[in-house]
Amino acid sequence: MPKVPVQFALNGEEKAEFVESGTSLLTLLRDKIGDTSPKGGCHQGTCGACSVIIDGELKLSCLVLAETCGNASVQTTGGLAADGVLHPLQRAFLDHFAAQCGFCTPGMIMAAKALLDRNPDPTREDVVEAISGNICRCTGYEPIIQAVMAAAQGNSQRVA
Amino acid sequence: MGLVLRSFATVNEAGAALSEPGARYLGGGTLAVRAVNEGDVSVHSLVRITDPQLSRIELSEGRARIGASVTMARVAANPGIAFLAPAAMAVGGPAVRNMATVGGNLFAPAPYGDFAVALLALDAKVDARKDMPMERFLETRGALAKGSIVTAVSFALPSEGGFRFRKVSRVKPKGTSVLSIAAVIEEDPDGTIRSARIALGCMADRPIRAHAAERALVGSRRTEQGIAAALAVAGEGTHPVTDPVASAWYRAEVLPVHLRRLLLY
Ligand SMILES: Cc1cc2nc3c(=O)[nH]c(=O)nc-3n(C[C@H](O)[C@H](O)[C@H](O)COP(=O)(O)OP(=O)(O)OC[C@H]3O[C@@H](n4cnc5c(N)ncnc54)[C@H](O)[C@@H]3O)c2cc1C
Ligand code: FES
Ligand code: FES
Repeated sequence: MPKVPVQFALNGEEKAEFVESGTSLLTLLRDKIGDTSPKGGCHQGTCGACSVIIDGELKLSCLVLAETCGNASVQTTGGLAADGVLHPLQRAFLDHFAAQCGFCTPGMIMAAKALLDRNPDPTREDVVEAISGNICRCTGYEPIIQAVMAAAQGNSQRVA
Repeated sequence: MGLVLRSFATVNEAGAALSEPGARYLGGGTLAVRAVNEGDVSVHSLVRITDPQLSRIELSEGRARIGASVTMARVAANPGIAFLAPAAMAVGGPAVRNMATVGGNLFAPAPYGDFAVALLALDAKVDARKDMPMERFLETRGALAKGSIVTAVSFALPSEGGFRFRKVSRVKPKGTSVLSIAAVIEEDPDGTIRSARIALGCMADRPIRAHAAERALVGSRRTEQGIAAALAVAGEGTHPVTDPVASAWYRAEVLPVHLRRLLLY
């Protein structure tokens, strides 16, 4: 199997890896680099658990070939907390009980981040649309929507 | 047998690589890489083209030309073709739209191909090795010569309000199509329909035109009585697909209902 070099920035940190041609970005991140925050739920594009942000755009890392990410900037939920301080979205997900089993959470947070990066003041409809490619089997979505709205408003505390 | 990705700067170089056995063109990969992940071992190599020309949207003299590598997200964000945004937004969720290309949608089997339905109603021209009208392209897409690469689609911009699109799905806001319908209707100032093109998705293995309904509309008006004849023949020539979303019977039953809504509202 031919190995190909791929160099990219993962959460701001330069990575240089050799991958087997045809390897997905999800496999590279999880199995080689050890960033297990993106999850492999379906490998078909349908669940969104593997969502990452590549050069500012939300993408499904299970359907992106690692080799196509040369010189790209890849963001994952694994890189959000800085110096032990949670990102406002992570904080809001905690405060609003937006995670139960947690399997969808890193993908949800990336989808929400992609929204807030573009639109810091979203409507509820904007949030629903933004997470529409991400499946959650536990929460019923409502706490997730609340959490994203709260994070956008800079107010992660749960409203009684 | 593993998988190899091969990248080329130009269409010509890629064409040769695509003619090799087991080679498949890679657009956004939402179907092609998915097939590989699902264990399709017939794919030995994926071939992609990095030419930025394929990612352009050009507007001039009342026509639009969209490169095959343009994504649904880019279509939806372009103010010059704002009328197409609902059709582009109908494809998957945000992540899928950041990946899914216009070129790939032309090859997507039912229940996919919502954007191709819009292009069929627009009577788009498909630029491949030979230029082809969209309807002819869809009829022959399964039998395209090996190594054929679609580089762009182009079409005349419809008049203000002349384009209509509707995707019907059971899961909101994002779901697979029960069916999708697009229409380009040109009307005289008094409301008489001068010309009509109607395209249907999920009503066959590929998007198809509703020619009988189109003929019934010309010379008529968009009123309940005016469209009755068109609704009565809407299903002519269709062979709806049956899948987990809906049966062929159901699709045939609801087609006139949704065509009516598309035409009247
Ligand atoms: C979760 C999910 C939801 C989806 N929802 C929808 C939906 O709602 N509506 C819808 O229409 N589709 C949907 N799709 C299907 C798909 O994403 C789209 O049809 C998309 O436009 C396909 O484009 P692509 O660039 O990803 O194609 P690819 O996967 O790259 O290619 C698809 C096929 O077309 C061929 N091909 C691609 N480009 C060219 C070209 N320029 N020249 C020659 N051959 C080419 C490839 O070889 C391959 O066989 C969905 C997919 C997923 C995974
Ligand atoms: S693992 Fe990528 S979408 Fe499910
Ligand atoms: S918290 Fe379990 S899938 Fe969303």
